[in-house]
This record gives sequence, C-alpha cells and structure tokens, in this order.
Amino acid sequence: MSSVLYDAPGPRAKRRNVIVSVIFFVLLALLVWFVWRTMDEKGQLEWALWKPFTESPAWTTYLLPGLADTLTAAALAMVIALPLGAFFGIARLSDHRWVRLPAAWVVEFFRAIPVLLLMLFANEFYNRWTDVSSEQRPLYAVVTGLVLYNASVLAEVVRAGILSLPKGQSEAAMAIGLRKSQTMRTILLPQAVTAMLPAIVSQLVVIVKDTALGGVMIGFTELLNARATLAAFYANVIPSFVVVAVIYIVLNFILTSFASWLEKRLRRSKRGTGAVLSAEDMEELNPAATGGTFGTGAGGSI
Amino acid sequence: MFDFLSDYNDPTLLGAFWMTVKLTFFSAIGSMILGTVLAAMRVSPVPLMRGFGTAYVNIVRNIPLTVIIIFTSLGLADIFGVTMGASDFGVRGFRLAILGFVAYTAAFVCEAIRSGINTVPMGQAEAARAIGLTFTQTLRLIILPQALRSVIGPLANVLIALTKNTTVAAAIGVAEAAYLMKTMIENEAETVLIGAVFAFGFVVLTLPTGLFLGWLSKRLAVKR
Repeated sequence: MSSVLYDAPGPRAKRRNVIVSVIFFVLLALLVWFVWRTMDEKGQLEWALWKPFTESPAWTTYLLPGLADTLTAAALAMVIALPLGAFFGIARLSDHRWVRLPAAWVVEFFRAIPVLLLMLFANEFYNRWTDVSSEQRPLYAVVTGLVLYNASVLAEVVRAGILSLPKGQSEAAMAIGLRKSQTMRTILLPQAVTAMLPAIVSQLVVIVKDTALGGVMIGFTELLNARATLAAFYANVIPSFVVVAVIYIVLNFILTSFASWLEKRLRRSKRGTGAVLSAEDMEELNPAATGGTFGTGAGGSI
Repeated sequence: MFDFLSDYNDPTLLGAFWMTVKLTFFSAIGSMILGTVLAAMRVSPVPLMRGFGTAYVNIVRNIPLTVIIIFTSLGLADIFGVTMGASDFGVRGFRLAILGFVAYTAAFVCEAIRSGINTVPMGQAEAARAIGLTFTQTLRLIILPQALRSVIGPLANVLIALTKNTTVAAAIGVAEAAYLMKTMIENEAETVLIGAVFAFGFVVLTLPTGLFLGWLSKRLAVKR
C-alpha cells in the first residue's frame, strides 16, 4: 500500500526526496549531537561509568539474576494463564447462558483493571491472609497479577481463534454425530491452537514488559529493580538505563520476530485452515468479531 | 464501612481519579499528534524517514513503559535537568509522566493508523495520483480522513490501554489512583474493599469510553 501513495520517483521527485532526506538527516544529526553533548556535559560518557558492563561482576551479581527473575515470572504467568484463559474462552462460547455470562463478566472485569492494581492487591492479600514468606511474596504477587490480566486477554484470543475457524468444521462434526465437547476437543481446539500461536507468543512480550511493574511498586527483584541496585553501586544511572533497555529490546525483539516467523510459516503451511491470528488481528477482531460485552481492554500488545 | 475513604486528603479519592483522567487526556492528545506524524513518516517516499519511523516504533514498543517512566524521573530530570519548566515536585512528575506516556503510546497510535491506511482501497490513492495530487495532498485529503474513521476501534483500544497504563505514573510519585491505592492498602485493614473501590473506578472510566468509541466507530465506518 505504502508504495501506492506515490509514483516511482522521476527526476524532479528524486531531487526533492534528496533535499528532504538531507534536511531530515541534518535534523536527526542535530538531535544526536545535542543528546551526545548533554551527556558529555553531565559526564555520562566517561568510560568509568560504562566499564562495569564489560566485566563479569555487573552481569553475574545484578543483571543476570534480575533477568532470570523477569523470565521466571513471565514463564510462570504464561504457563498458568494459558489453561485458565482457554477455560474462560471456551466457557464464553458455551450454549448455556449461565456459563457464558459469568465467564464474560470475569473476563471483562479483569481486562478493565490495570495490572498494577491487581499486583498491589495480590501483594497485600498474600501478606494478610497467607503465610507466603516475605522473600517469595513479590514473585507470587507479580505472577498473580499477570495471570489474572493475561488469562482474560488470552481467553479473548482463544475465543477469536475458535471463531476464526470456518463454520463447516463444526457443522461437519455435528453431521457425523460428535457431541459438543468432542467437537471442541478433537476438531476445533487443535486447529484453533495452531491459529492462535503467533498471538500467544506476542502476548509474551506484554507479560515480559509488565514484570517491570513489580520491580518498582512491590520490590520484586527483576531486571529494572536490579538496575537500581546496580546504579547505586556503580553510580551510573544513564548507562544502566541504556543497558537494561537494550536487554529488554533484544529479548522482546526475539519474541516478536519469532511470532511473525511463526505466523508466516503457519499461513504458508497446507495443514491448517488458513486462519492465523496475529497480534494486530486481535486488535481488529476485538470490537467486531469478539464483541466484548463491555467493549473494553486492549487485546493487542500494549 | 467506607469511613477510611474520607481519611485521605492528599489526594482525595476523587482527586486521585481526576489526576488519572488528566494524565490520560493530555497523553492521549500528545500521542495522537506524535503517532500521526510517525505514521506519515512510515509511509512517506523518503527512505530515511521511513527508516526512522520503523526504528522508533520497534524500539519503543519493546521497552517496558515502567522503564520509560522511571527514566524520565531518574534520568531526564535528575541527571539532565529536564524538568519541563516545573519547580514543584508534583507538577514535575505529572509533566514528565505525560512525556513518557506520549513517547510510548505514540508508537501504538502509529501502528493503528498505519493499519487504517492499509484499509483504504488502492484505487483511491491511484485516482488521487492520477489527478496530480502530491504525496502530502494524497495523504492529507484522501487517505488520512478515511483511514482515521476506520481506526477508531483500534484507537479506542489504545486509549483504554493508556487509561490503565497511567497507573504507572505512581512509580514516580504522581498522586493518581494507583498511588492512593498503594497508600491506602498499606495502612487500612479493608484490603478487599479498597481493591473493589479502585477496580470499580477503572471500570467506570473505561466502560463508557469503550462503549462510546465502539458506537462511534460503527457509525463513522466508511461503508464500502
């Protein structure tokens, strides 16, 4: 589409493009120079501040344990949220009103509430009513918050995945006399899971990003929290932010690339029905196809 | 039963939610403007601008919002002295938080608008070119007006996500809903009740937004 917005450049357009490019380049260069100069003025470019990252203690003492905690929480949240999400997604498709409605309420409720509130609540809940040790509590709280929110998002993904299958699939199953549960288990779910895989992987990015909330607000020792400890030790605020941001970018970029690779592969393969859900599809599907009762929440990765 | 709610004056419950609304409002306007500019860059004929737009979106989308917000306070304000012209600590946090939300949300607005541009049929752009409109004219007069109408749905999702994301401002001490909830929940015994009050507050904020914009997107959708 983007190439349709303009013609293949002729001599005049080429000249104009070069002029605009040069102006834009100069502006960008000015910006970079300005940032560089400011950092230099504030002494943030001194090698002493960046040197720790070339040696192992900064990594083994701070960053890697933090990253490990981030990944642990994300993995736990994903593993617990998936079956829970599948359960609620299927429940929302039930033929019985008394199953469909409560499931819809639960899903829409938890999608409307910020993850941070869920984490704060869970943290206090474990503190008051359970004997989870205080070292373990932040992890529990972070995972609980992430599970509640992401299970409801994944429920919508599952629902969209099942709805994206051609109608003929369940009609054929009905025709050969399968029961509803059999149709769901043997016909719809296996195909839907394939179609949903890219959207599920993209949701992991959201989970990884949200673990950072636990670090700041309830003292979970994840990557962003580890950065604070590291910066306090080496007195290098800006470099520590840059390094941590780069770690997040690389990690999430790998996940996003994997999701889009998976999506392309699934679209190509002949075994599926051709229905594949990407993260963007979910955003578009949300209001229309999945027609949430509240119409709230972002299904996409934000 | 709700006695404890009136014990808090800085901020009050309504004040805290009003702060959440203000954060959302200003961030939404800012990210809408920046997001549209980024989207225009991403489809522009100049490769350098396309590259910049793509890089911005891919980098910013993959950084946790929390990292960005904390950076505005510890990095921008404390180290570089960027205080957005505010001397008061509360105002400073408010403005810095908006800066962070705009930078982050613009990437998602950009992607939504770009997906909207893709829904406009090719023939429209071809016809615009055929009658001799330039790229800027095509985008401004033909493509964007149609694209914006078709992305109200996705943009509504971004706005609702932004409303929920403003809670992150609590991390740099902005006295909004999550900040008050954290204070309350640590001091009061009614944990469940407090949770319910704040959950209700957010349902009240996001529910009408979602319903209204969902209705609007159906009403304004370009019928093809």
